[in-house]
Amino acid sequence: MVQPTIEETRLSTEQAIQTYRTGARITDVDALVVDGFSVYYETDSGTVKACDDVTFTLKQGERFALVGESGSGKTTLAMGLMRLTRPPGHIAKGSATLNGRDLTTLTDEEMRRTRLSELALVPQGAMNSLNPVMRIERQIIDGILDHVEDDEKSPNKDELDEMVRDLLTRVGLRPGVARLFPHELSGGMKQRVAMAIGISLRPSLIVADEPTSALDVVVQRQIMQTLGRLQEGLDASIMLVGHDMGLVAQFADTIGVMYAGKLVEVGPVEEVFSDPKHPYTKLLIRSLPSLKEKREFLGIPGLPPQLIDLPVGCSFADRCPSVFAKCREVTPLTQDLGGRRETACHLYDGEAKS
Amino acid sequence: MSTFLELDHVTKTFGSEGMFGNGQITVAVDDVSLSIDEDEASITTVAGESGSGKTTLSRLLLGSHVPSDGRMLYRGKDFTKLTSRERRNFRREIQPIFQDPFESYNPFYKVDHVLDAPIKNFKLASSNREKKRMIEDALEMVGLLPGETLGRFPHQLSGGQRQRIMVARALLLKPRVILADEPVSMVDASLRATILDSIRRLNRDLGISVVYVTHDLTTAYQISDNLMIMYRGAVVEAGTVDEVIPNPQHPYTKLLIESIPQPDPKNRWGSEPPQQNWDTSDTDMAGCRFADRCPAVMDNCRTTVPAQYLINKHQMTRCFLHEDKGEMENPDITSTFQTESETIKAVPANMSI
Repeated sequence: MVQPTIEETRLSTEQAIQTYRTGARITDVDALVVDGFSVYYETDSGTVKACDDVTFTLKQGERFALVGESGSGKTTLAMGLMRLTRPPGHIAKGSATLNGRDLTTLTDEEMRRTRLSELALVPQGAMNSLNPVMRIERQIIDGILDHVEDDEKSPNKDELDEMVRDLLTRVGLRPGVARLFPHELSGGMKQRVAMAIGISLRPSLIVADEPTSALDVVVQRQIMQTLGRLQEGLDASIMLVGHDMGLVAQFADTIGVMYAGKLVEVGPVEEVFSDPKHPYTKLLIRSLPSLKEKREFLGIPGLPPQLIDLPVGCSFADRCPSVFAKCREVTPLTQDLGGRRETACHLYDGEAKS
Repeated sequence: MSTFLELDHVTKTFGSEGMFGNGQITVAVDDVSLSIDEDEASITTVAGESGSGKTTLSRLLLGSHVPSDGRMLYRGKDFTKLTSRERRNFRREIQPIFQDPFESYNPFYKVDHVLDAPIKNFKLASSNREKKRMIEDALEMVGLLPGETLGRFPHQLSGGQRQRIMVARALLLKPRVILADEPVSMVDASLRATILDSIRRLNRDLGISVVYVTHDLTTAYQISDNLMIMYRGAVVEAGTVDEVIPNPQHPYTKLLIESIPQPDPKNRWGSEPPQQNWDTSDTDMAGCRFADRCPAVMDNCRTTVPAQYLINKHQMTRCFLHEDKGEMENPDITSTFQTESETIKAVPANMSI
């Protein structure tokens, strides 16, 4: 197998943000600024606030992981940022600024051009996202040709072949895969093809929605490491959506924890794992089974609330071991605890830095 | 000590070379000998990646695949020579729990149906009252409230509840062995603990042996006593979890354990491991199947199949790195497992949610 070449397009590291990940090149340049972003679904029985008032910033080169149980709104948020929300869902309020442009105000045509070229999606279950009757090369070329501007010359066949070969090699596949059909590939290979399509136009932000959820551990590790290598080569940022805390710990720089449509905690991954602030994050981390010791492994008691007509106050109150009176009366706001750490919990009311 | 089920050098191949075959033969299970004891109830994990043969092995154990080579014995009797009555008994004594709690229900029937059917088919109850009591007992055993479960349709219950009803269904038949094929992989992480807990309780409280088929070594470590690692059909390592997990000997087991995403950001993965080469067919590979991915590969790995070498009393591996330890006298890999008399059930009693 030919090892892909990593392009070194190093940015100035003067403003680099501290990180524990070796090889990380996070700069203090804002890649994506999400402010008060909300996606609501209007249904006959009321408004479902699937993603409500989410605010965070992703730096260039950063790997941001969004975690939460199924139904917590993490995929809704990711799809909302891609402007792929389907009716009755809609972006109710807020903004998402990618490289200085607010994605929520773009026209549909502008957004279509932005997708793939600046903001690419590596979908969940790549096995279902490829066209079964099209050769791999055709599926890769499709996106490239579709994004050729009117005043640009289309690349000729040789150039396209060269691009396909280069992309496949970079994601760790033989160039011969170009001539195959999806059913001739294993699950891991299909996921690699989906990554090749995702990076074909050198996006600055890659949104990866549970990219390895159907794969075995060894393949999962290979895919995630390839994805990380590609991201570093492009100096892109990654938003990883998933529920596997182990994967997040291995891959991400920053973690955002979602619960019932809200972002309840954000912080550098090392610090959140060693010192979680929000009671939900604490329970989530405590519930992880370990390979080092045999111990009680507990779930989190109770079920998440219905997103229709959420109760007043904190949505986690009913399951929270540290609940007190204020939690049921006032919705907690996100508080800056310093050191890029934020949480939305009344326990920290006195500790806000701003 | 009496043996419930025994596999004696069992091989299962798919594909054929004949007129209609494409000449490609897949060896899904390669020369595996093991036994399941009925007096010593234990939880045994069969682990491996997709295509490792773990599902084929579990189908063999369920009697839904016939070995291509080797013998399978049910209570000492050759499986092919069972009378229909014995076969029916076998089908009751080993019960499967499948991966997908959504597909194992008929959406048009209430969940009561899956619990009624086995009682009817095996004529387990003589009256409706007895049937009701049996169903309620089984549901309570897996931690479900009959009042909140019975009379509902599958879509009204969560994945975790549905999977526990499947455990209750298996329980009704008073099986000796439960074979759970990836029972939690389709269930949300926060609900996994409850399902695994109900499986473990069956083992401890009712003395049912459990074969837990999975690719998740973390949960395997938490709930099982013994472990078998499969790679392309062969059992490459086996033993007690307390020997194998902290101290893996086969390079594949090492890779598998290293690749588990540990929830510890300070301890990240090393370099990217090599990919599996699916282009070589099973019959092309003369020696160890892991040779082309193995970081410690030697010349004889490519030409000769390694035997089963005994590392210590509770661990064996099929790897030439351990040739000096000597071959196992008894080919039965389960001979390395812990028997109940030795087991100090160190696992905590309370794993409930």
